[in-house]
Amino acid sequence: MSALINLFSYQFFQNSFLAAIFAAISCGIIGTYIVSRRIVFLSGGITHASFGGIGIGYFLGINPMIGAAVFAIFSALGIQFFTNNGKIRQDSSIAIWWSLGMAIGIIFIYITPGYAPDLMSYLFGNILAVTGTEISLMFSLCILIILCFIFFYRIILYIAFNEEYAKTSGLPVSFINYLMMVIIALTVVLNIRVVGIILILSLLTLPQATANILTNDFKSMIFLSVLFALVGSLSGLMMSYYANIPSGASIIFILVVIFGIMKLYSGLSRRYNHLL
Amino acid sequence: MKKLIEIKNLSVRYDDHLVLKNVNLSIDEFDFLGVIGPNGGGKSTLVKAIMKIIKPSEGEILYHIPFSKVGYLPQINQIDHRFPIKVIDVVRSGKADILTRNPFKKNKEEIRQAEELLEDMGIANLKDKSIGGLSGGQLQRVFLCRSLIKNPSLLVLDEPDAFVDNRFESLLYEQLKKLNKKMAILLISHDIGTIAFYVKNIACVNVNVFYHQGNKISQEQLDDYDCPLKLISHGKIPHTVLKFHE
Ligand SMILES: Nc1ncnc2c1ncn2[C@@H]1O[C@H](COP(=O)(O)OP(=O)(O)OP(=O)(O)O)[C@@H](O)[C@H]1O
Ligand SMILES: [Mg+2]
Repeated sequence: MSALINLFSYQFFQNSFLAAIFAAISCGIIGTYIVSRRIVFLSGGITHASFGGIGIGYFLGINPMIGAAVFAIFSALGIQFFTNNGKIRQDSSIAIWWSLGMAIGIIFIYITPGYAPDLMSYLFGNILAVTGTEISLMFSLCILIILCFIFFYRIILYIAFNEEYAKTSGLPVSFINYLMMVIIALTVVLNIRVVGIILILSLLTLPQATANILTNDFKSMIFLSVLFALVGSLSGLMMSYYANIPSGASIIFILVVIFGIMKLYSGLSRRYNHLL
Repeated sequence: MKKLIEIKNLSVRYDDHLVLKNVNLSIDEFDFLGVIGPNGGGKSTLVKAIMKIIKPSEGEILYHIPFSKVGYLPQINQIDHRFPIKVIDVVRSGKADILTRNPFKKNKEEIRQAEELLEDMGIANLKDKSIGGLSGGQLQRVFLCRSLIKNPSLLVLDEPDAFVDNRFESLLYEQLKKLNKKMAILLISHDIGTIAFYVKNIACVNVNVFYHQGNKISQEQLDDYDCPLKLISHGKIPHTVLKFHE
């Protein structure tokens, strides 16, 4: 116990502790939106497109996170724009952004002289290396998401459920869609440091899948997802620290275990309900 | 008779595909207009134009009532049945004033209205269920409640009788007949035989739209209107089946 308290006297550990909490809040809420709307593939597109920005960041010698943010936001807006106006099928459009981002990222990392420090941490996450600036950005994102979901809860819910109908009630469908796209992009980018590009999609879908076992209501799903994400990210953080493995892998591993246990539990309780 | 909406020279295209051509149609106060036509004939498209979901390529629609007084029930296949949302929230989503009100005030009046409508449809017990566990017919009733919560002057229904069992179908039509005393109704259905009992006028939609005064329609008239539907007498109640295209 005292070893644990000792840990908190390190700045880096305080940072990663906060990062775990903020990641759980942002991914828990936004992931519920993504899963409910069935736009998981779209979110994957945004995530992988942001890799292009990381490559260009390395090449230009600027912070790769800035490059990732620019790429994520542009691809998110691009996908939404083409969905509204283009004649391209949405899934094709997503696939194009997805692979374009990966290609650009690989090309620029390859032609950057020397070796790319930290590349592994962008791919698989390194929660123990999160900086103070990144913490403040993650915190601001959480505030933004919470405010949006408090003020626009019903508007977001109604549009997500039945977009065409929402149009007939005069709701600002287009505005909310673009807003949510930008928020998804920011959520992806700011959580890359925690779980990495490869695994971020799991943090946006696994807690939700677990929550979905217990509830079928949007609001309860948000709260339960945040809760499960919290359990996963905090215990993943400890596992990452003590076992010295990438935080992305440990967090997702624990989330999968939680999902398995809940699934088993609900299956058993359904089957043996009559015996209890 | 007061006109609620007037459709003038309306054409709708998806890309190059002309779906509605030069449609003229108006809906009067307290009208009960049955809209029939073959699959892909453009019925839903017509209704979506009225609901401002799609923009006309040509022509215009004039509204002589506030648009917020037009209630709408979309065709059921356009909805994600597994979305995590409760029945009562679906009904409440029909309220048009959500943008202008305080998001923090608990809206007791709205909740009461929603509960009352669910009660009327005989599904008050489903209030807190999520829609994933509902049958097609129960879902239709939920959507009917949603379209009614704004107290519409015109109710636009796109196949509310799809996936509904016989018992609820007659219940539904009796309900619509009652509602028709307070509002005009535009009803799309594939069941001409049954709706002919209830509607006042008929519109046949197959790229062109023909307005048919009265609720009695013969096979010859359907053919004249270029509406490939077949009336079959089946005992006393006429039923319809779709004619196959060559
Ligand atoms: N979003 C769309 N994009 C392209 N074409 C469309 C779109 N929606 C409908 N169509 C086409 O427009 C035509 C009319 O469709 P609509 O849904 O209005 O028919 P309907 O009369 O309602 O048919 P049903 O009885 O099957 O409901 C069809 O040929 C359909 O393929
Ligand atoms: Mg239709």
